[in-house]
Amino acid sequence: MKDDGILLTLAAQFALMSFFAIGGATAAMPEMYRLAVEVKGWMSERQFADMFAVAQLTPGPNVIIVTLIGYHVAGILGALVATAAMCGPTCVLAFYIGHVWERFREARWRIAIQAGLVPLSIGLLAASAWILIRTADRSAAALAVTGVTAAIAYFTRLNPLWLFGLAGLIGAMGWL
Amino acid sequence: MPPIAADSSDASTQFETRPPLLPSGPFELFLTFAKMSLSGFGGVLPWARRMIVEDRRWMSAEEFNEAFALAQFLPGPNIVNFSAVFGSRIAGPLGAVVAFLGLLAPPTAVVIVLAILYARYGEIDLLQRALEGVTCAAAGLIVAVIAKMSAPIFRKPFGPAPLVALAAFIAVGVLRWPLPYVLGILAPLSAALSYWRLRA
Repeated sequence: MKDDGILLTLAAQFALMSFFAIGGATAAMPEMYRLAVEVKGWMSERQFADMFAVAQLTPGPNVIIVTLIGYHVAGILGALVATAAMCGPTCVLAFYIGHVWERFREARWRIAIQAGLVPLSIGLLAASAWILIRTADRSAAALAVTGVTAAIAYFTRLNPLWLFGLAGLIGAMGWL
Repeated sequence: MPPIAADSSDASTQFETRPPLLPSGPFELFLTFAKMSLSGFGGVLPWARRMIVEDRRWMSAEEFNEAFALAQFLPGPNIVNFSAVFGSRIAGPLGAVVAFLGLLAPPTAVVIVLAILYARYGEIDLLQRALEGVTCAAAGLIVAVIAKMSAPIFRKPFGPAPLVALAAFIAVGVLRWPLPYVLGILAPLSAALSYWRLRA
């Protein structure tokens, strides 16, 4: 019975969250953090940051951090339930809206909504970055890694995997 | 396996011109989405564009942008929404499900293996330190995305957008207020402001 309860909680929380994920999965990360670390106490903030890192190292959409949270909370079933809840409902919405999209694609209200959501996405992404920086950047060297990564990613199209590999190596050497 | 050529009565009529080519069947659709998903570190979008537009030629660049705009307009993970939009245009509900599973099943399997390893070895000091390094880099990547996205909202004449972004950051990042409440207030406000600006 307890297991059913936790699976239902995962399903309900992530399904609800997906409808407020404006600007994609990374924009919803502060809400995941609030849920998993602060409200439910499923994990420590360090564990959450670890999961974000593991999700970044996994090929595929960034939403995959949800799978890790689900696994941590309720094993493989939890992983599948959390992933389906975060990804399924908005896809059903996308499927139906896809058929009527042409009708309002050029509508001013539609363009206004989309333009209005951009600054919100930016603010939410900044909140995501802030949470990671607060958790992981505890030294000048760590901040430097964040800053240099940001600069390289901004000015070049280098595959991020190189940056993760290098930063992971610097971390493993104990230089952070 | 039957080919999933789009029925002319299906969603493909939404396009003035049909996609130049179509997947030969559900298996190819699944494999293509699986391949783009497993190629994408730190974001699948560039790979989706490359494979669908340049490699397979299932959509023109314009059709791709238009379909992705819809995926972005809706809440939820953008590229996952895109898989449903693309799949349904190619082959209705079945196509949507196949593309969705192609995109998500392989990385889900990979990450579950990593989760099992993390549960077992996550407390090892060396791994801990390495993950901390990766987290620092991941934060940097997000900062770069923010910088790229922010360029348009700081273009003159200044609108209210920077203030809206700042309000969202403080409410969600610093004060850690629940996302639904924050967006419940800020989203209509921001949309109304941008509607008003479009009229002007």
